[in-house]
Amino acid sequence: MVLELARPRPIWQIMFSTHHTDVGLLYLVFSLLAMFVGGAMAIALRVELFAPGAQLIQDAMTYNRLFTAHGTTMIFLFLLPSAAAVGNYLVPIMVRYKDMAYPKLNAIAFWMIPPAAALVWLGMADFGWYANPPYSVISAPAPAAEMWIFGLKVLGVSSILSSINFVVTILKCKHPDLSLGKVPLLAWSFLTSSIIVLAAMPTFAAALLMLLTDRLGVSGFFNPAVGGDPIAYQHLFWFTFHPEVYVLVIPAIGMMYEIIPRFSRRPIFSHSSGVAAFIILALVSFASWAHHMFATGMSFTEKTVFMVGTLAAVPASAMHVFNFLATMWNGRIKFATPMMFAVGGIALFFAAGAGGVVNTAMPLDFITHDSYWVVGHFHLFVFGTIAFGTIGFVYYLFPYITGRMYNEKWGVVHFILAFVGACITFFTQHILGLFGMPRRIYDYPEIDAWISMNQLVSVGAMIILVGMVIFLGNMIYSMAKGKPANLEDPFGLGGKYYYPFAQRNPQHGEGGY
Amino acid sequence: MAHSNWAEWIYLGVVTALLIYVGAEAWNVERIIDHAPADAEIIIVTGQQWFWTFEHEDGTKEVGELHLKKDHAYKFEVTSIDVNHDFNIPEFVVLMDAIPGRINTVWFSPNEAGEFEIQCREYCGLIHYNMRAKLYVEDV
Repeated sequence: MVLELARPRPIWQIMFSTHHTDVGLLYLVFSLLAMFVGGAMAIALRVELFAPGAQLIQDAMTYNRLFTAHGTTMIFLFLLPSAAAVGNYLVPIMVRYKDMAYPKLNAIAFWMIPPAAALVWLGMADFGWYANPPYSVISAPAPAAEMWIFGLKVLGVSSILSSINFVVTILKCKHPDLSLGKVPLLAWSFLTSSIIVLAAMPTFAAALLMLLTDRLGVSGFFNPAVGGDPIAYQHLFWFTFHPEVYVLVIPAIGMMYEIIPRFSRRPIFSHSSGVAAFIILALVSFASWAHHMFATGMSFTEKTVFMVGTLAAVPASAMHVFNFLATMWNGRIKFATPMMFAVGGIALFFAAGAGGVVNTAMPLDFITHDSYWVVGHFHLFVFGTIAFGTIGFVYYLFPYITGRMYNEKWGVVHFILAFVGACITFFTQHILGLFGMPRRIYDYPEIDAWISMNQLVSVGAMIILVGMVIFLGNMIYSMAKGKPANLEDPFGLGGKYYYPFAQRNPQHGEGGY
Repeated sequence: MAHSNWAEWIYLGVVTALLIYVGAEAWNVERIIDHAPADAEIIIVTGQQWFWTFEHEDGTKEVGELHLKKDHAYKFEVTSIDVNHDFNIPEFVVLMDAIPGRINTVWFSPNEAGEFEIQCREYCGLIHYNMRAKLYVEDV
């Protein structure tokens, strides 16, 4: 696509570039860095929970800070930027435009992320990624909490800017001959997820400001001691962050829509059903936020409404799964690494969705709420589905970015370790939740079932870690020493690729890619 | 669309039917367990960083432990005096957020005698992991 390594240039040229492939590269490198940082935090948490008593982390405060930073890092610094990376690379090409609609805005949106990351990582707040008041108002230590609030504020603005850019690029800059219905599904996924961000994110921005003024003592929106209501925050928070789940998952599904037809050597079973499912998901994502709050003392009617709203998201998700399976049916499938991650991601997506139905069935929610079940459930989404789609796509883009092939054998080993590790870790966490273990705990009593399951979960996490180290090694080694890729068809699939890899970057000079 | 989509419609019909079944069943169960029996004894549960206080109807207070009788119905009025907690007896699927400024209710009737764990299920700070109490259900 841009062949960074074949035509090296000074790093500042990439850093100050506004070209979409350069910004995409920055997003990609930063998000992978954040993934390893967040992953290291997860490993520290899992080592600590391997057995009762202090293992690696000596005090609860450090543990609480770590799980907060882990969640914030993975969602805002890994998953969102990695989706933006893929979108930056491919959306302009798919709508046949020379760049994003607003290239400078695009670069600004990226460069807001590293300072925000610095605020989050240097502050290390301790109130969980949801900053639940009144704890976050009256009890969380300063200045960590303020730094987290400002960091998230910046990240929110950044994601609004990049969403505006995607929406305008797709709707206004697409080639006049290309009707919206024919826009590839990956670009459609960015259109729908960007619209969700634009509708949902301002609510959280407001909630963050209210939280900040509450902490400063000049207001009392969420502080019951001065007449506020902590539940109001939860509504504002989840009104943004339940749709945000779809903001993360929809681009990952879009990436699978790119990989699966390609590696099945068949066109997508139904383009229109994919588009319809994206639009339905975007709409119903706003109908289910309060299913996170069944245990806050909601009335029977409220719970019923939000249960129905949540169940309504399932058929649209099922349409995607059907579309994938129907595309693969009778296909001449080549199970290269990107395809393996995409198919593994679908399997875990299905499992995560089934667990979600259990969560939202009202009486069952009172078994799973705030237990390790929930931890296992959403990790099947964020790791099993979204990170799988993203990592698969990183393998898929690798030859286009570097001009070289990654090592296929080690890629397959990475997939097997990631898949087996994810199953061991996250399915066991579901069962651990049914045994009553609460989430966000530094230590646990010596209950035999809890100990053995926690050990299993930690072993699973280590398997994922080994896979990720192999991934990193494979990327670094192959960048320098990998086989030169055949850019017309790096995966040997035959057939024409949707988009040219030869998107021209003006900074590469005349005749360059 | 060049091809027929009947398989997808059948599949969607099956998925939707399953969801309607799950939703209706959940609605039906929740409707029944939402109402505490009229003769349930009221216990005021107060969470604070990082312990539980229980006040019986006759005014007796217990801290860190709760004594109940087997096969009696109890209705907990759950609240908090500082930050959010969550009152949870995993063995009996009793779970309700303790939120300052609000009183949430949840009821149960222990059908088994013995000693059970009470824990906090909502993150509440430093000692959240050890915000525990004991439930003693006595056979009378």
